[in-house]
Amino acid sequence: MASYELKELIEWDARIRDKAAQFGLDCFDQEFEICDHAGMLGYMAYSGMPSHYPHWSYGKAYEKLKTLYDHGVTGLPYEMVINANPAIAYLMRDNTLLLQVLTIAHVYGHNDFFKNNYTFRTTKPALTVELFKAHALRLRRYVEDPSIGIDKVERLLDAAHALAYQCRRNLAIRKLDRREQETRLIEQAQPRHDPFRQLHPRLVPPEPDLNRVPLEPDEDLLLFIRDHNPRLADWEKDVLTILDQEAKYFLPMIETKIMNEGWASYWHKRVLEALALDQGLSLEFIVRHNQVLRPIPGQINPYRLGFKVWEDIYRRHTEPTPEEVRKYGAPTKSGIEKLFEAREVERDTSFLRRYLTEELMRELGLFEFEANGEDLVVSRVSDEEGWRAVKETLIKNQGSGSIPVVKVEDADFGQSRTLYLKHYHDGRDLQLEYAEKTLAYVFRLWERECVLETVLQGRRSILCYNDRGFSMRALK
Amino acid sequence: MRLPESIFREYRFSEAERSDRAAGDRARHRRKIRESIRENIADIIAEESIIGKDRDRIIKVPLRGIKEFRFVYGPNAPGVAEGQGDVRPGQVIGKVAREGGKEAGKAGDQPGVDYYETDVTLDELVEIMFEDLELPELERKALRQVETARTVKRKGYRHVGIRARLDKRRTARQRVMRRLASRGAAATPAASAEERRFPFHEDDLRYRHVVADTREESNAVVICIMDTSGSMDMMKRYLARSFFFLLYQFISVRYHNVELVFIAHHTEAREVSEEEFFHKGESGGTFISSGYAKALEIISQRYHPSLWNVYAFHCSDGDNFDSDNEAALSAGQELAELCNLFGYGEIKPLGSRYYESSMLHIFRQLEAENFHAVLIERKEDIWPAFKSFLSKERVAE
Repeated sequence: MASYELKELIEWDARIRDKAAQFGLDCFDQEFEICDHAGMLGYMAYSGMPSHYPHWSYGKAYEKLKTLYDHGVTGLPYEMVINANPAIAYLMRDNTLLLQVLTIAHVYGHNDFFKNNYTFRTTKPALTVELFKAHALRLRRYVEDPSIGIDKVERLLDAAHALAYQCRRNLAIRKLDRREQETRLIEQAQPRHDPFRQLHPRLVPPEPDLNRVPLEPDEDLLLFIRDHNPRLADWEKDVLTILDQEAKYFLPMIETKIMNEGWASYWHKRVLEALALDQGLSLEFIVRHNQVLRPIPGQINPYRLGFKVWEDIYRRHTEPTPEEVRKYGAPTKSGIEKLFEAREVERDTSFLRRYLTEELMRELGLFEFEANGEDLVVSRVSDEEGWRAVKETLIKNQGSGSIPVVKVEDADFGQSRTLYLKHYHDGRDLQLEYAEKTLAYVFRLWERECVLETVLQGRRSILCYNDRGFSMRALK
Repeated sequence: MRLPESIFREYRFSEAERSDRAAGDRARHRRKIRESIRENIADIIAEESIIGKDRDRIIKVPLRGIKEFRFVYGPNAPGVAEGQGDVRPGQVIGKVAREGGKEAGKAGDQPGVDYYETDVTLDELVEIMFEDLELPELERKALRQVETARTVKRKGYRHVGIRARLDKRRTARQRVMRRLASRGAAATPAASAEERRFPFHEDDLRYRHVVADTREESNAVVICIMDTSGSMDMMKRYLARSFFFLLYQFISVRYHNVELVFIAHHTEAREVSEEEFFHKGESGGTFISSGYAKALEIISQRYHPSLWNVYAFHCSDGDNFDSDNEAALSAGQELAELCNLFGYGEIKPLGSRYYESSMLHIFRQLEAENFHAVLIERKEDIWPAFKSFLSKERVAE
């Protein structure tokens, strides 16, 4: 049996909410659900959603989590919050009182972040639970439909899962529809005003090809295929829509992992410190807090990195060292103002770029590594000449930066309805085996030849998948 | 400003019990694993780690086909990590994770890096293997079953029997009954001392009756014969071992009682332990007939074909002394007549068949339906060879 009563939790919660409100956190309504470890594993496997469509990959995730948990490799998270209004958080029943208190404070941090960070503006939190439930119902109906069935649905899901995150990265930027794109192209093709037109021949911009599909390279692979493969059945189009919607719901979390976890950790610390815990609880608090924020050598602990940056922002705006004043100028905003500003307008990449300082990088001992044959070798450390490059690499690997950018360039390549995809190479090659298999999935959805242009070991290469299978060649 | 009141939903055991929401997806995943194993069974069987393990032992099986593929970056993508202050450029911090080293994160978070091994018990694997065999006619064949008197069972009482089964209690009771019944007749005053004694009579005796309980049993013996002459190197032995292993697994699924006999031969044959069989090399030439003769001897001493299903398999590299070929052939013929299945596997790691002599063409003269000779050149050949071997089985009437 748990070492506390529910009544106690409710009392603690009231005190935590008071403190959080005093600090200025602004949250959705909050619901807590107490669950056991099996329930927690279930929620984890299904991204925290009370209702979710079925797919074997969630069974795989569950098995894996369970194996790791059973063998004591990893513990379970103390909590899990989903971005919804009201926000739903799951608390592990077997945790100690202190852990529950810490977790509740942590949850309010996430809750505030979901409500106020601009990245989440597109997620419609009030509808989250219903949306996922509706998706689950629709998919289950397709599974039960005798003319469709589980095998077809799963085949489609396998392929669509592979591409779901090949979508627009910054959802705050509106996607232009075709007419707007046309207008823009035509405007771009207008001759510019040229004060020296007397002196040199006029530059005539090439005429835009308005029949091209897509007009501009399109990053939303699933949606593009949905709209341009006429052979897809209605239910197939619906499934692609569902997956695209869900990916776009989760994308903001991927894009703000470090900020979000850091923010929640920062506030659980401030709130618990303000609660004046008795000695026993505060000792346990220090232990748990340090556990969450421990450095993981050879990796990045997002809780720690985020927390350190938030703490650093606050410190630099409350009591900057003379050196920092010289380097960054005197703070124009109070620490707390700056914190709330950053939590509203940043995402991980911009957050790190703006607020991760050279000094902090050195304190954290951040370094860059590369594969050299079989070994991972340190290529740069955060010293005077290296820190900028290390920071660049760190930023490149954050959030959707770890997903290669692949766009549809042409849906009628060679006038044969071949789908021409291009990987926007930024120095990082694709993993070839995965690229081949994923291209096969694209083929499954497009149902005609698919081509992927990429760069492999410095050479422009073409990967091709058609009904004869996979082939590849290097371009000159 | 205050935050709105939060809602707490208490833990309810009944709900937790009901909510095994992942069950269906886990079952689908499990099935996918099985399919994947089945598709790659030939490779998996050939893995060294599987051969010679206990049945309920859990083994790791490398898997293909249940990875979730996405576009991911390859090995030339640099990463950033936190160090402990003493990291220098050029320092080696670890190995490149080959598939499955790193953890796959939440949806889309760390796509691609995937675990690729799964645990199955050998039992499960064997089951999948036999699904793959798809030899329906094999399943239908009756096994050679023997009735064995395993236990004895009491079944009532009899007037006759052997002394050892005399039931004293019942006998005494019979006597008492008889005495009570004879009271009126014995009431004469001149009853002698003899009569007053009222001894046991033969009719009083009761014997426990037992019947033998017969039960159908199926016994099988797998006779593994291997050439341990100098020319059999480690690779050849490993191939042989894989084959014997499969055979044993297969047979132990089908029979209650399976025994293994190991015969090692060069120019002479000996019965040896399993350990010795697989690990000890000897030297010298080869008389295949010596191995067969030993097998025949063991069968006649311990495994009579009317009680035992005999499976014999012989692995050799075919480098027999020419003078022995005749004898080997006739001994082989004899063996094939006694066995359910008798096989010869010629193990010639790639290439070597061009310069070493072979027994395959000699055994072609062997006239028996249940004899099968296979050529094994690589470990990938083992499974197909095994399959074709089994398809020859003959079941004794």
